[in-house]
Amino acid sequence: MRDQPRPAPLLEVRGLAMHFPITEGIVVSRRVGEVKAVDGIDFSIARGETLGLVGESGCGKTTTGRCILRLEKPTQGQILYDGQDIARLAPRELVGLRRRMQVIFQDPYSSLNPRMKVGDIIAEPIRVHGLEPDPRRRRDKVRDLLSVCGLDPKFVDRYPHEMSGGQRQRVGIARALAMDPEFIVCDEAVSALDVSIQAQVVNLLEDLRERFHLTYLFIAHDLSVVRHLCQRVAVMYLGRIVEMAESDELFDHPLHPYTQALLSAVPVPDPRVEARRQFRPAKGEVPSPINPPSGCVFHPRCPMAVDNCKKARPELREMRPGHWVACSEVH
Amino acid sequence: MAVITPPTPSAADEADALWRRHTLLGRVLDFARRKPLGTAGLIIVLVFAVAGLSADWIAPFDPEENDFASMMVAPGLPHVLGTDQFGRDIFSRLVHGARTAMIVGFGAAVGGGLIGLVLGVTSAYFGGWFDLVLQRIFDILMAFPLIILALAVVSVFGTGVFNVVIAITIPLIPRCGRVVRASALAVREVPYVDAARALGFGHARIVLCHMVPNVLAPFLILLSAFVGQAILAEASLSYLGLGVQEPVAAWGLMLQGSAEDYATTAPWIAIFPGLAIVLTVLGASLFGDALRDAIDPKLRDR
Repeated sequence: MRDQPRPAPLLEVRGLAMHFPITEGIVVSRRVGEVKAVDGIDFSIARGETLGLVGESGCGKTTTGRCILRLEKPTQGQILYDGQDIARLAPRELVGLRRRMQVIFQDPYSSLNPRMKVGDIIAEPIRVHGLEPDPRRRRDKVRDLLSVCGLDPKFVDRYPHEMSGGQRQRVGIARALAMDPEFIVCDEAVSALDVSIQAQVVNLLEDLRERFHLTYLFIAHDLSVVRHLCQRVAVMYLGRIVEMAESDELFDHPLHPYTQALLSAVPVPDPRVEARRQFRPAKGEVPSPINPPSGCVFHPRCPMAVDNCKKARPELREMRPGHWVACSEVH
Repeated sequence: MAVITPPTPSAADEADALWRRHTLLGRVLDFARRKPLGTAGLIIVLVFAVAGLSADWIAPFDPEENDFASMMVAPGLPHVLGTDQFGRDIFSRLVHGARTAMIVGFGAAVGGGLIGLVLGVTSAYFGGWFDLVLQRIFDILMAFPLIILALAVVSVFGTGVFNVVIAITIPLIPRCGRVVRASALAVREVPYVDAARALGFGHARIVLCHMVPNVLAPFLILLSAFVGQAILAEASLSYLGLGVQEPVAAWGLMLQGSAEDYATTAPWIAIFPGLAIVLTVLGASLFGDALRDAIDPKLRDR
């Protein structure tokens, strides 16, 4: 993947792993196991690109986002941001990074401090980082940001609880933009919104990408939104990336059996087609990330599993140009 | 066919509801309507607070001056609540004692509460070893009943109003810190705290600007309960002779000493300061309970 003739990636993740310890005991804690939320993943995002990260809940996509933002310290692996490994940086060294990298959260109700007015929420990062020391110009910038995000500048004096979910999400986006970042992690940024509002916010994110030359990591479980917004998509299952390809290629020619099951679970918005469609859900439940299955983590649920799948962990292989699959049975 | 129009709230009703929710006066009046008992408690505490503040103007006599010509005078005129065994006017001493009680009560409650608030939130925010050690220290402090710990502190620092405030502040710190930490643990997991971290804010800013304002509800309830506890503790310390010292007026002191000896001959010496203590503590806890019911959304509108 690194050898491809593509511009130097803005973000490159190598062998990222995040294992949360399970401890017992109060005074002297013993480690009795670990949750392998993310278990060795590699991907890269080029400048200006939007990478979609999809998968079921609990597959580690949010943890991946949190590691990249360094809200968690990853157990293993490298996170190269613009060539610098940020996985091991001390909190003090992260401050510069924070200005370049921002996040939009899923829940518009809990991601804004309920005790602060909207104007203060957006102005705070500008003030704290000294980006605009003059109070009047700072206020103008906050108003600009609100209108860029499709909100009336009058909202500066409102409290979050006086706004709707879509409006609050726009405030969250404006706050992320306040630092003039170049990279934004959208952690299920539209999943909690009504469908009509979802479309508006997706369009807003697209506009902002053009306008501010942003790069997105778009974490989601809604596949149609991902196809619309992302150039490339990575599919995660139980802490690993099982397939990664250009968006249209992945949706039109899914190769990994898990991706196929995931895509076939999306209903077709035509009842006649839907009724005639063959639907093959993956059997069984997602196994626990505490004791993931040996070999290929998907083998207990896989329709094409053979004996070897229990033994060897398949690595990502490039089956077609730019289309990577972690499955030994795909040829 | 009759057309049934649903009762639409009139504009006046809506304006009224808005006013009640959004102005301080409106919220106070709303509280008074819903919680008459709590309001009564608040009024009692406020009356004593005002009496204490304006003691110099209210008190008809010098609270510390002995008058051997009128010892143990029964309530009447000019001594409204009578005099004690040294001829000091009980009403004047009561009013000045209210000042002592309020200084100690509010001083210790606010001091212990604020320190506990910051320590509790910090403890929850950092977690790990810091949390573990701080919570074990709180455990040790909470193993002693409030009054015992206060006695120990007084025996180290000595008596007097200021030292009594410190002595009562210290045992209140863990009692506040423990409760606040529990709320702060929940706030810590809320995404706006993550957002603040992602925005590169310092620890102090996150703790003080983003977490503390969101645990204020349980904190205010605790604070109102602490005022009553601190006043009671001050009275107990003074009664035991380890609190405020004579001749300063304090309710616990007025119950102490020979007040027992004159219980039959001059009962007013003990009755009035006793009543003052009971009323203030009762008022503070009634208000605290009502405040909890009003703030806790789970109990609201029942």
